[in-house]
Amino acid sequence: MPVLATVGEPAGSVASGWASSSRTFRAFQCWLTVYRRIWRSSVWSSVLGPVFYLGAMGFGLGSLVNKHGTASLGGVSYLAFVAPAILASSAMNTGMQEASWPVFGSLKWNKIYIGAQASPLRPEDIFRGHLMFMTMRLAMNAAVTIVFMWAFGAVRSAWVVVAWPVAVLTGVAFAAPIAAFAVLAKNELSFVYIFRFGMMPLMLFSGTFFPLSQLPEGLRAVAYATPLWHGVALCRALSLGSGLSLLGALGHVAYLAVLAAIGIWAAGRTYRRRLYV
Amino acid sequence: MLRASGTEALVRARGLTKKFGSFTAVDGIDFDLYRGEAFGFLGPNGAGKSSTMRMIGCVSPPTSGELTILGADPVRDGSAIRARLGVVPQEDTLDVELTVLENLLVYGRYFGLPRRVIRERAAALLEFVQLSDRAKDKVDPLSGGLKRRLTIARSLINEPEILLLDEPTTGLDPQARHVVWDRLFRLKQRGVTLILTTHYMDEAEQLCDRLAVMDHGTFAAEGSPRDLITQYCSPEVLELRFDPELHEAAADKLKDFPAERAEVLADRILLYVTDGDSALVSVRASGLEPLTSLVRRGTLEDVFLRLTGRRLED
Repeated sequence: MPVLATVGEPAGSVASGWASSSRTFRAFQCWLTVYRRIWRSSVWSSVLGPVFYLGAMGFGLGSLVNKHGTASLGGVSYLAFVAPAILASSAMNTGMQEASWPVFGSLKWNKIYIGAQASPLRPEDIFRGHLMFMTMRLAMNAAVTIVFMWAFGAVRSAWVVVAWPVAVLTGVAFAAPIAAFAVLAKNELSFVYIFRFGMMPLMLFSGTFFPLSQLPEGLRAVAYATPLWHGVALCRALSLGSGLSLLGALGHVAYLAVLAAIGIWAAGRTYRRRLYV
Repeated sequence: MLRASGTEALVRARGLTKKFGSFTAVDGIDFDLYRGEAFGFLGPNGAGKSSTMRMIGCVSPPTSGELTILGADPVRDGSAIRARLGVVPQEDTLDVELTVLENLLVYGRYFGLPRRVIRERAAALLEFVQLSDRAKDKVDPLSGGLKRRLTIARSLINEPEILLLDEPTTGLDPQARHVVWDRLFRLKQRGVTLILTTHYMDEAEQLCDRLAVMDHGTFAAEGSPRDLITQYCSPEVLELRFDPELHEAAADKLKDFPAERAEVLADRILLYVTDGDSALVSVRASGLEPLTSLVRRGTLEDVFLRLTGRRLED
């Protein structure tokens, strides 16, 4: 009989790193197969979401705002001001959506996690594979949004290309911690609270629809601490091509990266706790 | 006992224990499972069978005790061990939105098998579980029996050395159960080691070379179905059913009857005897007239009743 103990990979070696990323990719492929079945319905929300937002906010609200002067927006049209913020906040939205019900459903409904658990995939692989899929969805949606921003004439700089990965990072910074939480959720009600008391205020008070200078001092400090504001500020600076130093940009990236890293670390633990009972 | 191909145990447990908080689901069990045999954990719901199976499946770390699977430690080498196991869980975990074939493709990828290999094996496995003509159908509308067969096909995609089956036919209608049993029997013939849990005595009798009768997280007895019956049950059982009005009186009277043992159930009285027909004659001679009577051979159900004082499916 072959001795299995020799198969166990020593931690941290190149071989184990390769085996681990290969397992992540195998878990990811499952989601691709599932997505191939449902992509049509997801296209609607991916395409129509940004179109509605850009149309309603940029043109509808924008025509009102522009009449009263846009000095507080930095002299750009409201559409140009709000479009990159919509890019960042839809990334947050997608990240939170993809990491809540689908994670919960993988345990309770289609049981993808439970099925995968019986295979060589470990809880960490199952999580990373799913996160890879969420990242792919974020990249798709952000790309569509940027194309529409450009088509609507909302883009002021070629730097907007860099706003693409920034929006993806913003989404991952939300998706990873929420997945870490969702895998332990007892019921779906928990998500309603996250969306109502987490996503809504963030969307409204992170400088998305109006500059933070309009907020009272105390609230402004809170807004600066929220992750969405960092995504919004960076995407906006990149789309407008102004208003940010390299150091400031790196600060935003670092904040989001740290949040994503904490989420990934925490999910590794919570997935293990939930799946290895 | 089928131990011809080696004396080294595929699965070895010593003092294996699983606790959930203050509840002890599995309470220090010992066993050795060998290559090529079909081993069953027989017991009622809550006996600790599924917890034992999850530990063997390397998805539930033991609380204490030793467990070795394929010569390795399930906690440290879980991933490598699972690569060589097949698992048929109690509840199907098929993706019902996907087709029959897609379920096999996705699952095969989890094991890192090349697509070409998965396709070849999938075709053979669907043939084996008689689902070839449904390969392109969605799983959702399939009957429980067909889903179970697909789950079995899926569990074989990595050509496992050990197949773990947790209540493989629970919830299936009798005909579907027989089809599943037939397929499992063929797997056994091919040399696949089967480890299963069940609370059906007929399933245990049909499939298992060796059984552990489980109750409250411990083994009440262990042996082949035949041995267990010989050891814990009389050769014949006389089942008597009386008018409900007279049930208790009859039970009282039969307590002193010269049987090896008498069991009084809610609706029947069982007399464990050597010769059922002559026992029935004696019962009638004593003035008792049962509404119906049945002489049968001892079964695992009787063994379980004897060992635990309860019926299996309660």
